[in-house]
Amino acid sequence: MSLFWIPLLPLLGTLVPLLSERFGRSACALFTALLPAGALALVLSHAPEIFAGETLQQSFSWIPAMGLDLAFRLDGLALLFCLLILGIGLLIILYARYYLSAQDSMSRFYAYLILFMTAMVGIVTANNLIQLWLFWELTSISSFLLISFWNHKSEARKGARMALTVTGAGGLALLAGLLLIGHIVGSHDLGVVLASGDTLREHAAYPVALVLVLLGAFTKSAQFPFHFWLPHAMAAPTPVSAYLHSATMVKAGIFLLARFYPVLSGTELWFLIVSLTGLATLLLGAYIALFKHDLKGLLAYSTVSHLGLITLLLGMDTQLAAVAAVFHIINHAIFKASLFMAAGIIDHECGSRDMRKLNGLWKYMPHTATLAMVAAASMAGVPLLNGFLSKEMFFAETLHQVSLGSLSWMVPVLATLGGVFSVAYSTRFIHDVFFNGEPVDLPKTPHEPPRYMKVPVEILVALCLLVGIFPSVIAGGLLSAASSSVLAGNLPEYSLSIWHGFNLPLLMSVIAMVGGLIIYYNRRHLYQFQAQFPESDAKLVFERMIQSLVAGAARVHKFCENGSLQRYMLFLLMFALALTAGPLMDLNTTAGLRPHLPVDGVEITAAVLLCLSALATVIWHRKRMIALLTLSVVGLIVSIAFARFSAPDLALTQLSVEVVTVILLMLALFFLPQKTPKESSPRRVVRDLSIAAIIGGIIGTINYALMTRPLDSISDFFLANSKVGGGGTNVVNVILVDFRGFDTLGEITVLGIAALGIFKLIARMRLYMPAGDEHGRPWARDRHPVMLAVISQSLLPLALLVSVYIFLRGHNLPGGGFIAGLVTSVALVQQYVAHGVDWIKERLKVDYQWLIASGVLIAALTGVGSWAFDRPFLTSWFDYFSLPWIGKFELASAMVFDLGVYLTVVGATLLILANLGKLTTNHRPTQPESE
Amino acid sequence: MEAVYAICVGLLTFSGVFLCLRGRTFPVVMGLTLLSYAVNLFLFSSGRLKLDGAAILGTSYSYADPLPQALVLTAIVIGFAMTAFIVILAMRARADLGNDHVDGRLPPQPEAKPRRKKEHA
Repeated sequence: MSLFWIPLLPLLGTLVPLLSERFGRSACALFTALLPAGALALVLSHAPEIFAGETLQQSFSWIPAMGLDLAFRLDGLALLFCLLILGIGLLIILYARYYLSAQDSMSRFYAYLILFMTAMVGIVTANNLIQLWLFWELTSISSFLLISFWNHKSEARKGARMALTVTGAGGLALLAGLLLIGHIVGSHDLGVVLASGDTLREHAAYPVALVLVLLGAFTKSAQFPFHFWLPHAMAAPTPVSAYLHSATMVKAGIFLLARFYPVLSGTELWFLIVSLTGLATLLLGAYIALFKHDLKGLLAYSTVSHLGLITLLLGMDTQLAAVAAVFHIINHAIFKASLFMAAGIIDHECGSRDMRKLNGLWKYMPHTATLAMVAAASMAGVPLLNGFLSKEMFFAETLHQVSLGSLSWMVPVLATLGGVFSVAYSTRFIHDVFFNGEPVDLPKTPHEPPRYMKVPVEILVALCLLVGIFPSVIAGGLLSAASSSVLAGNLPEYSLSIWHGFNLPLLMSVIAMVGGLIIYYNRRHLYQFQAQFPESDAKLVFERMIQSLVAGAARVHKFCENGSLQRYMLFLLMFALALTAGPLMDLNTTAGLRPHLPVDGVEITAAVLLCLSALATVIWHRKRMIALLTLSVVGLIVSIAFARFSAPDLALTQLSVEVVTVILLMLALFFLPQKTPKESSPRRVVRDLSIAAIIGGIIGTINYALMTRPLDSISDFFLANSKVGGGGTNVVNVILVDFRGFDTLGEITVLGIAALGIFKLIARMRLYMPAGDEHGRPWARDRHPVMLAVISQSLLPLALLVSVYIFLRGHNLPGGGFIAGLVTSVALVQQYVAHGVDWIKERLKVDYQWLIASGVLIAALTGVGSWAFDRPFLTSWFDYFSLPWIGKFELASAMVFDLGVYLTVVGATLLILANLGKLTTNHRPTQPESE
Repeated sequence: MEAVYAICVGLLTFSGVFLCLRGRTFPVVMGLTLLSYAVNLFLFSSGRLKLDGAAILGTSYSYADPLPQALVLTAIVIGFAMTAFIVILAMRARADLGNDHVDGRLPPQPEAKPRRKKEHA
């Protein structure tokens, strides 16, 4: 069977609880367990091959160009984690069946839980760095959903947010680290990465990659100083705490360390960071755990401490330490999950988790008490239990490491100190809860839980005992398989026996036992001492930090985006300035080598006129009518300039656009204020003038530098192929409708969209219409002067004839669809001006929206037509025909395309101007508005 | 000639940018129009200035560069569409918001607060 199914089965299983909820709670739990159980069976079926030392791999190509594959891998380490995740997951499903109350949505809980299970299985079986990261983030998200399962509780929401922020941020660091590793190694394939440890360690970017990956691992595994989120994640339902926060998710960081142990470890930096972080976490967690009155709080800090222990083991420079780390991963998962479940049972049956209230439960629930005590003894490291074995190995390894040089003696001492506290809090867990007098006003009378709620705890506790008594029989194979993949096959000699004789590690264990009992006995003094410290709630600290971050971001945001468009313009222009000014300074000579054209008097006159008009527009911009007039002068001179410099098409276009633009602006001015108030401060005027002057200077300079340099253009191609390829001698037009026809199609589409947008904007506009001009003089009564009406009416056929002529000749002589369309528009707009909207409405029954649509459609269909001849989109065709009387003439598909352009331009221009003009009629009766 | 042309383009840019930085919609529209003249002239000149040449085959021995001409031709038409859109947007803003300031709201009156301070806030 395929490895692919191992994560896929749980993924499908996410849907099962949602579908099976209607069949009742027990059935829902049963069905939910089926697919994960299938995945577990699948994993177990592969176990013999893994124990034989094989590594199973399977991959599907996804985006090979980017190194993205869907790749799965099952080796010893993945097998171990799969067993933990799926095995404990199944127990949790059973446990949660009895833990959740009738009000809780069981299907939602199970769906989240199985989603999380999928993500975890995905992490441990991933054989691609990016895929690993993807599942990594999925665990952050699904754990967020699980922690906030009781989302009516504020602490659950806050705890979930904190966990998501911390682990999510770590996930981003991890992504950066993994990408860096992928870049260094040249592949995202985990197999390749694991084989190139030396390349990685010798690379200059190794420290950066290491720190980034460690950030990801430490945040996930709640290592100091990121440990604070884990205790607050205990707001989750207890099955979640037992699953995520003891057995699986927090182990993901440890998994990451173990996974990359062959490639990232072995350097001074690794040992220093990892071992010191682990040591600090171990001590801090063990110390704080002792003072927690909340049962789950104690277990949470104990988890932090044990995670620190595993990290410390991975950070030591001996191979046996890595074996011990793997062993402790197994043991910790087993005893801590059972302890959490026991704590959940106690909470469930007593209604409280406060150890100041919970006392003497032995009398009420002896069965649960026995199970919890065995597990707690394992946590303390009592012989004959699994916790003892790995702790013993841990003590032994602390004696052998030399990573801190001459200060290395501190490690075993501090490790023993950690062991002392560990025994102390374990003793507290046992003594405070189950003995120590009578319960203090509990909400419920304690009693034993339902029979099957205890089954998962019993199984785990039995495992504690079995591993503790027959270590090599029960866990030997798994341990050696997992350790050999952590150590890349170099498995050291070790023995998994209970008795190693009287040696130093045993002495350390004894010291820890005795010391822990002494500390617990004298706990009141310690509590009093601890009470002197001010309480600090990480939740509040965290919220405050987040709020100050948000406030800071809001301040920056408010500075940049204060609603002033003028400011945005300024930022934009300054940015453009910064981008252009730099390269220009590198340009040594402004003038190029190209010979300059001579200047004659006419040109000088036109240039002076242009400059004066532009300046006049600026100077009189507050008298809008005058500014508009001077602006139109500028436009006219620009079109003359086009004509002068050998661009007749441009001159024609500019001229007709100029007419339409000025009409448009006149219409707009009718509704807008006639004058601009004087509101800019002198300082702002000077500022704007200087910015404008600098930008104008830069643009002028670039333009001069550009024009005076020799031209190396691709236009020779167009000149050479225009006639033979496109069948026209007007190269500009042939480029528009043939060579770059696709661009033109896009442009007329934009034109159409703009016109339609304007149409919608006009549709419900309610404007104030002035009754007179700015001096209060009323408008002329004669709205449509007879002379204007007569002349424009008689000019219309002529104008239309001209536009048809310009259109037809466009392929060979200046003209074409754009220009003809504009000429037609101008002619028709003139009719609107002369006769008014109503008059036209009766006579010209054309819907301009349809005109635009048909124009774009014709142009597009011309392009599609070439598909009929098995040619690419917009392939052109032309041929010459001759008819009697008319003579020889040319037909080209490009002319149909140009017709589309023509119709779109006419439709768009008239849609804009006619609709705007309509607003000026007083009664506005013409078009019923749909809204 | 090139120098004169460049000065004209620079001056048009200057006028356009200055008007674009004004606070009312109509001057901004005029500024955009001026700026689009400048841009069109600039793009056109990337084919270099040429007298007595044309992009019509068979009419001249030295042809003007047709490519910038084709680009600028569409730019002029699209420029018109965009100017029209901005103008109508400005009118709509005036209709809906009651003023023609680009921000959609009038700056506070100078009597209420020192103007300079407000403008830099």
